[in-house]
Amino acid sequence: MTLAAHGAPVSYEDLRKRPFSRLFERVILAALYGCAFVSLLTTTAIVGVLFVEAFAFFREVDIRDFLFKTTWQPLFEPVSFGVWELVAGTVNVVFWSLLFALPIGLATAIYLSEYAHPNTRRLLKPVLEALAGVPTVVYAYFALLVVTQDILKPLLGDRVDFFNALGASLMLAVMILPTIASISEDAMSNVPRELREAAYGLGATRMEVALRVVFPAALSGVVAAILLAIARVVGETMIVAVAAGSTPNLTLSPLESIQTMTGYMLQVGLGDAARGTIDYQSLFAVGAMLFVMTFTLNALAQWVVARFREVYD
Amino acid sequence: MAADLEMRPHGGAPEQAPTLAATGQVARRQRISRLSRYVLMAASLVGVAVLIYLAVVTLDQGWARLSWDFVTSYPSRFPERAGLRSSIIGSIWVVGCTMVLAIPIAVGTAVFIEEFAPRNTFTSLVKLNISNLAAVPSIIYGILGLTMFVRYFGLGPSIIAGALTLALMILPMTVIASQEAIRQVPPSVRQGSLALGATKWQTVWHHVLPGAVPGIMTGVILAIARAAGETAALIMIGAFTFIAFDNTSIFDDFTVVPVQIYNWTIRPQEAFRVNAAAAIIVLMAAVLTLNLIAAVIRERFRQQY
Repeated sequence: MTLAAHGAPVSYEDLRKRPFSRLFERVILAALYGCAFVSLLTTTAIVGVLFVEAFAFFREVDIRDFLFKTTWQPLFEPVSFGVWELVAGTVNVVFWSLLFALPIGLATAIYLSEYAHPNTRRLLKPVLEALAGVPTVVYAYFALLVVTQDILKPLLGDRVDFFNALGASLMLAVMILPTIASISEDAMSNVPRELREAAYGLGATRMEVALRVVFPAALSGVVAAILLAIARVVGETMIVAVAAGSTPNLTLSPLESIQTMTGYMLQVGLGDAARGTIDYQSLFAVGAMLFVMTFTLNALAQWVVARFREVYD
Repeated sequence: MAADLEMRPHGGAPEQAPTLAATGQVARRQRISRLSRYVLMAASLVGVAVLIYLAVVTLDQGWARLSWDFVTSYPSRFPERAGLRSSIIGSIWVVGCTMVLAIPIAVGTAVFIEEFAPRNTFTSLVKLNISNLAAVPSIIYGILGLTMFVRYFGLGPSIIAGALTLALMILPMTVIASQEAIRQVPPSVRQGSLALGATKWQTVWHHVLPGAVPGIMTGVILAIARAAGETAALIMIGAFTFIAFDNTSIFDDFTVVPVQIYNWTIRPQEAFRVNAAAAIIVLMAAVLTLNLIAAVIRERFRQQY
């Protein structure tokens, strides 16, 4: 089947190697299948671990209490596992961090995509992406010891708690700024030139082109960026655990001490909750809920991109 | 085109060039548009300003504390004697083991998807799964590690348990980066190799992977930075402990630099705050160096084909 170069005869050695190399190819392929299988196994393990222990939790605690009660008080009597207080904490920081990050992130994306000189963009984008590489424990330090102590306390005095949602939200906003700016900018840069040129030809100004032509055309990418940013805030642990407090609190006030779902999970992780206790199992119930939320947000982002992307020619 | 519209000579004498100067409604729209440039520019500089401000604050608080003693001392109840020794050694062990575990599996998965995968349900499931795993919060990986590696496998809060947990955590981002790098290698390279009689794996091993190495390296280095900065997942598996010895085995208990920063941040004493700032300088120096190396590799090997 295979001839050696220049018609030289194929040696016996060459032929003898063939079955082995074919076997070798099979072994490699099997190994690659194995690698791909690891990721599937990971998902299975995550779902399995979370839901097995969560089911154990729901044997002790009525799932209706979990989903509909509004008091989260696992450690002292009367014990109550109403997850809404933790969800409210998460929604609180999502709301306030987006309030800051959204306008600045989108403005950055529009500036980089529509206004900035290519050299400016080449310089600014890596700097912004450096913000995404900062370990979140560093942001946690800033949220508690710089933003709250050095800025919010002098500014607002006693109206703001030592642990508060605002300090955490401000650093969460910095954390998701690159996510929003970078993904939105990619979406805007992908809008075809012809659309801009047609608008300019009709006499539109640069701002009108950016806001009324490019932005709507890139909307699906922008929405996906926002959903991914929300998923990051929902799943972020260190910033909220350090700076937002550990008091479950059904409020959207940014000045009060709260607790998010991830904050509670870390609190349980820090203590040595014995295996099989209700505290330990509540970790998995909250974890399962967190997993479902981030999974949904991510799936939604992918769906938005697939479904609403403007396709040109 | 856009520049022409906005750079009309408004400043000149409009009486002499009435056809060029916009008036009334149009002039107003152009004024607003010119103004928008500065508003948007200011907004986009906020991120940079925050980065600079945070760097200055950290250096101001932590620089004086940095010394060789600080880096080589064990943690302590006394802030002025406490140091990073055991957490730096722990970080090196954990990140090193994480890479040994994650890189072959990640590259293998990427090669499988890009080069070998048949178009079937298994393949599309693997692809969908990886993008979803990339969005799973790190604390969930921490719970997985705690339940599976620490308790079920009986590894305890050891270096190997931490490394397995982090390896699963960084797997998706490393796979995605490797996939992109492999895709950058043009099909002609593969066709050439196959036409000369190389087998599929010989083509991948001798021609595709060498071309993809810079891209894979970039992804791997960013993954190292991510693993080196991870806190929540490692606290979940039990790295929040007092370690006053040098790690010598993968079955040792351990702590890492980010967990040490967390430990010092939540202490009420001012002196520990200074320690946290100094430790942040050390961690950020490492993370930024890794980012820089990744950026250099990316620029250096950009136009290979």
